[in-house]
Formats: sequence, structure tokens, C-alpha cells
Amino acid sequence: MTTDTARNIRVLIAKPGLDGHDRGAKVVARALRDAGMEVIYTGIRQTPQMIAEAALQEDVDVIGLSILSGAHLELFPRVVEELRARGVDDVLLFCGGIIPQDDIPRVEAIGFKGVFGPGTNTNDIIEFVRNNAPQRV
Amino acid sequence: MDAPELIAGVRAGDRRALARSITHVEADTATGRQLLAGLYAHTGRATTIGVTGSAGVGKSTFVAALAREQRRRGRTVGIVAVDPSSPFSNGAILGDRIRMQDLTGDGGVFMRSMASRGNLGGLSEMATGVVDLMDAAGFDVVILETVGAGQDEVEVATATGTTVLVTTPAGGDDIQSMKAGLMEIAQVLVVNKADIAGADTAVMQLRALLAIASERTWEPPILKTTAREDKGLDEVSAAIDRHQAHLKASAHADEERRALAQSQIVALARGLVQRRALAFARAEGILGQLVEEVAERRRDPRAAADALVDAVQRNWSRAD
Ligand SMILES: Nc1nc2c(ncn2[C@@H]2O[C@H](COP(=O)(O)OP(=O)(O)O)[C@@H](O)[C@H]2O)c(=O)[nH]1
Ligand SMILES: [Mg+2]
Repeated sequence: MTTDTARNIRVLIAKPGLDGHDRGAKVVARALRDAGMEVIYTGIRQTPQMIAEAALQEDVDVIGLSILSGAHLELFPRVVEELRARGVDDVLLFCGGIIPQDDIPRVEAIGFKGVFGPGTNTNDIIEFVRNNAPQRV
Repeated sequence: MDAPELIAGVRAGDRRALARSITHVEADTATGRQLLAGLYAHTGRATTIGVTGSAGVGKSTFVAALAREQRRRGRTVGIVAVDPSSPFSNGAILGDRIRMQDLTGDGGVFMRSMASRGNLGGLSEMATGVVDLMDAAGFDVVILETVGAGQDEVEVATATGTTVLVTTPAGGDDIQSMKAGLMEIAQVLVVNKADIAGADTAVMQLRALLAIASERTWEPPILKTTAREDKGLDEVSAAIDRHQAHLKASAHADEERRALAQSQIVALARGLVQRRALAFARAEGILGQLVEEVAERRRDPRAAADALVDAVQRNWSRAD
């Protein structure tokens, strides 16, 4: 007889870079929690190494990065690199914060499947995560 | 990766294999059960430490400081931090890593956050297995952080060898309301946030409570820490080491190991019985029907519980 152990989606929410405003990240974290997900919140000033190492140890399905500093084109590729170096190759990536329209194709090309600007309805993020999170175990 | 690959990976210190194995055990998959069966023979080497206490007393800060102290002593450290799931959504925000930032870059430390996932014995069932995985992975010390919430404190004591109870000078009411049972599960008592006023009063209150607790072979030390400033952790580590030595040397060591094994089995079996019984009663509509009868006062709840258990028992004996 099997037991009912529907696996919760696990999401890492982190803020790379030096800006210290994490209100948006916390709003997203709470929305995902209220949608039944388990959110590992690591807070501000995360280096790409810290993000990748946390993702590995926590075996998350999804990583959401929030960035306001404008350093996304510099930091996002390094996060992806660090993930790859650790063999973490099956996570869903999305980002939020201030990403100029012109940069979106490049951010997507790096591997971020979802890009959510300021004022995004959190329901859209929940839907995105539900529909795209890998089912692994 | 299948179970044999994961087992080999965990034993070889592959962090990704360990992370994925924890996911399996946490979700109680068939692979997860194979992992526990395959790795259990390799457990028992690690010093396992439970850290419990009310929310906000500084457990995560304390665990980070304790881990740093253990690293100074040349030991590798696995950490499991359990936070409650929301009873409304089943989701959780797990924020314990925030206090453990500086450990993230240390290859001698592995930290995993877990949500308690409901109250059907979720904590002890899954957490015990995760502690076992880290033990089998070869960490010298495995620390399990849990929010003390009634039953869970007793359960954390069954998952680890030494239990540390953390309180604060502001926790006077907390201490007053602690039942003797709570004191009995802890082998090391810590007053954290010793930098704020009232730490000595808290120590005295704890000492008074200990004095009325039942007879024992181990006298729990009461220690002060300021975890945020890394203070007092050398004494805590020494006390834990002393307790571990006591466990091994104690004339009752065998007896205690058996008592621990029994409480682990019973805690797991209780959860399994409960889940399977309720799943059956729900699927067969038995629970729904009894709910109707009790709600309409046609049957009392005690009799309904009897009827439910009888139905489960009949079904289970038929399945044999
Ligand atoms: N004053 C003081 N505050 C502390 C100390 N240790 C932790 N804290 C603070 O207590 C709060 C809760 O800490 P946390 O480790 O998250 O507690 P937990 O909920 O028990 O895990 C944080 O704001 C910490 O900075 C300490 O030794 N002294
Ligand atoms: Mg904590």
C-alpha cells in the first residue's frame, strides 16, 4: 500500500548583488508559500556561488532571483555557470525585479524561462512555477 | 540516479547524491525507503545533536555558531533545520539559511531545510531518516534544529543522541510553563542571548526546575551563550562531548539504545498506521459516513472511532 506523500514544489528565492531591498522577493516568497510551495529564503547579498550551493544542498526544483541593481547581465550567467559546475542542471529558473525590455531576450537565452517585471501579479508567477517546475522524484 | 547509485554517491561524499537522497527520503518514495535500508548499516558513527526551543530564541544563530565551533575542532557538520508548514496552505517559508550564510561556502558543512509537513508525525518520521543519511554520508556531527512545539520536542529527542534546549532571558514565562517532561528530554540547557539582561535569573529558574525533575544519571549543565557573537560555544561543545562520552560509558548504554530504537519504531509506526488507516477509511467512505452520524448526534465520537478502527482491522486481517 502506498502512502499519500504528494511532493511539495521547493523554490529557492535569493537576491544576488549588492542592492538591499528585498520587499519584492519577500512578497513572492509569501505568495508561493500560500500556494502550497516550500520556499527556501536566503535573503540579500547572495553571491552566485552561495546561490548555486544553496540550490544544490536544498535540491530545489525552482530558483527565483530578484535583482534591482542592474547587474543581471553580469550576475545571472555566473549563477548558471556555478549551477552547472555543481551538476545542478535540471532546475527551473525565473527572475524578477528591474530587467529592461531590451535585456529580456538575453536573460531568456541564459536560461531564465520566466522574467517578471515590477507590478507582476503574483498569481502569474504561481501559475508559471506550477506549469514549469520539473517533477523529479 | 537510482537507489544503488545514490547509495554509492552518498557513501563517496557526493553532495548532489546526498541532496537528492534527502529529497527521496523526505517524500517517502520507494527509492527513499531503499536508501534508508541500504544505508542504515553505515550509520551510528556521527555525533547527533538536537537543538530545540521556541521560535525566535536564536536556535538557527546558535546552530550556526555551534557548527563553526565544531569546524574549529576539525569536525565536518551536517545540519537539518525543520520549520513548521503553514496549516492553511501546506507551504512554508524556510529561512534558517539566513543565519548560516557564512557556512554555505564551507565544503565541510552541508545544510538542509525541511518543512514539518503537517502533524501526522511528519517531523520525526522524515527528520530521523535525513539525520541517518547525513550520518551515513560521513559527517562527524549532525545537528537537527526543530521548533519546540509540544510533542515534537519528545520526537526530536528520539532522533538525536544529545538534545540541547535553548531558551532566553526573556523566556521567563517560557521556562515557567515548561513541563518536567520537556526538561527530561534535554541533556544540555542553554540560555541564549546572554547579552541581554536577566540571563542569570533564567539560569536560576532552570536550576530550580531541574531540582524537581526526576532522578537521573546525567545532570544537565545549564550554560549561557551569546550565539550572535559566537560566545559560549566552546563550553556547549565540551558539554555535548561529555554527554556523548556518558552515553557510551553508561552502564545503561545498551538499555538506552534499545529504548531509543523502540521510540523510533513506535513513532514511525504510529504515523504509518494513522495514514494508512485514514486513507482506507476515506477511500471507502467509512470516515464520511461516521462524520455524518456524529454531526447529527446519532452516534457519539468514541463509538465512531471504535467503528472506524474495527473496519480498518477487518480490512487489514483480510489483506493477509
Ligand atoms: N541579542 C541577541 N540576539 C540574538 C542572539 N542570537 C540570536 N539572536 C537574534 O534572535 C533572532 C532570532 O534568531 P534565530 O536564530 O532566527 O532564532 P530561531 O527562530 O530560534 O531559529 C534574530 O534576530 C537573531 O539575530 C544573541 O545571542 N543575542
Ligand atoms: Mg530557526
